[in-house]
Amino acid sequence: MKIAPQLLAGLVLGTVFAGSARADEVQVAVAANFTAPMKTIAAEFEKATGHKAQLAFGATGKFYAQIKNGAPFEILLAADDETPAKLEREGAAVAGTRFTYAIGQLALWSAKPGVVDDKAEVLKKGAFNHLSIANPKLAPYGAAAVETLTKLGLLSTLESKFVQGENIAQTFQFVSTGNAELGFVALSQIYEDGKLKSGSAWIVPGNLHSPIRQDAVVLAKGKDNPAAAALMEFLKGEKARAVIKSYGYSL
Amino acid sequence: MLTATDWSAIRLTFELAGVTTLLLLVLGTPIAWWLARTRSAWKGAVGAVVALPIVLPPTVIGFYLLVAMGPNGPVGKLTESLGLGVLPFTFAGLVVASVFYSLPFVVQPIQNAFEAIGERPLEAAATLRASPMDTFFSVVLPLARPGYLTATVLGFAHTVGEFGVVLMIGGNIPDKTRVVSVQIYDHVEAMDYAQAHWLAAGMVVFSFAVLLLLYTLNPTGRKRA
Repeated sequence: MKIAPQLLAGLVLGTVFAGSARADEVQVAVAANFTAPMKTIAAEFEKATGHKAQLAFGATGKFYAQIKNGAPFEILLAADDETPAKLEREGAAVAGTRFTYAIGQLALWSAKPGVVDDKAEVLKKGAFNHLSIANPKLAPYGAAAVETLTKLGLLSTLESKFVQGENIAQTFQFVSTGNAELGFVALSQIYEDGKLKSGSAWIVPGNLHSPIRQDAVVLAKGKDNPAAAALMEFLKGEKARAVIKSYGYSL
Repeated sequence: MLTATDWSAIRLTFELAGVTTLLLLVLGTPIAWWLARTRSAWKGAVGAVVALPIVLPPTVIGFYLLVAMGPNGPVGKLTESLGLGVLPFTFAGLVVASVFYSLPFVVQPIQNAFEAIGERPLEAAATLRASPMDTFFSVVLPLARPGYLTATVLGFAHTVGEFGVVLMIGGNIPDKTRVVSVQIYDHVEAMDYAQAHWLAAGMVVFSFAVLLLLYTLNPTGRKRA
């Protein structure tokens, strides 16, 4: 095992040099609902600017805890507008960089065609065993789903059928595997190029819940990274906005 | 302190671990016996399948269980045709998953105990005209007691400590599938760190106490297991 110290030294040096050589890389924490569009946008961003965006996907609440505990993220694309504002107040985000990059659209979806009608009668009939929603304590789309059911006066009757995903991606997975007959997901998960990919869906009207404003913010660790600033600009640009809209978000 | 939902998660966790351990002792005994005594060419393959949950990430087990037990999967089709519905999001589903997940922790200690007994006590019993059944209950089981103790404790504790699989197939339903580990995760995610600490510290104390009990009662258990 004589080689080990040299190997270690090599690794350390390699990491240091790689670090300085790849200064145009940016670490981005992305809300799970924005996974698909962000992959496309990151690829275009790389092509257009030469910078590289490293993406991590997950629940906004989890990212908040990780950022507060020293996670190396430089930009947060949250699923709400509260978390970025809170991070800014607490000094973990750069003041003045916050903006709304997308307004989320909630949809009731079934993996089977013909199950969900466009008036959501299926919810009133209640002829199903499981309704998948994102954990309303953690995920803005879950909170919006609960708000919608409350407005429809169906919360108490349907609550016993809830199965909760830890984030919107797991909520989608419960429905797509057929284990839950239907569920409240993000339209971006079932929508591509302006149309439904599969199954049947009801796009929840905006008056049934408060708007899901999704804000982006530069975090303290990304303050001096030119790639972070470039990505924020790119997100505001026409190309990115076209991608975002094609996944069913409004702007 | 602990809330009503915390207590319900604790009760559910112990119910799940209890039912799973009982089932595993019943199912694991013949498997362990076969593995300990067989000269079949299949021994290696069956032993490897039993040990798989030790090395597989819970995400793999959870993902395949979710797909297999869902309405489009082979297990799901079977349970639906039997009128049982589908298993994910139910207590029964968690039991099935836990039995698979904790299988090696029960089978392996029992198998080791059976192997340690060797042929001689069985031959001696046979010369005294004991039937195989009689031999098993009067000779093998008492001799394998330390193995059973280890199997029971590890099977129970491992099921209590289960998280990834439950998260993937449970659906986080209070009183049905929201076990302690998931409840802790929820508390942490929602930044209720005080609540999380109560439960998490409880888990540390419980796990330590259980293992201490095992090593005190069964000092040779480690060697045999």
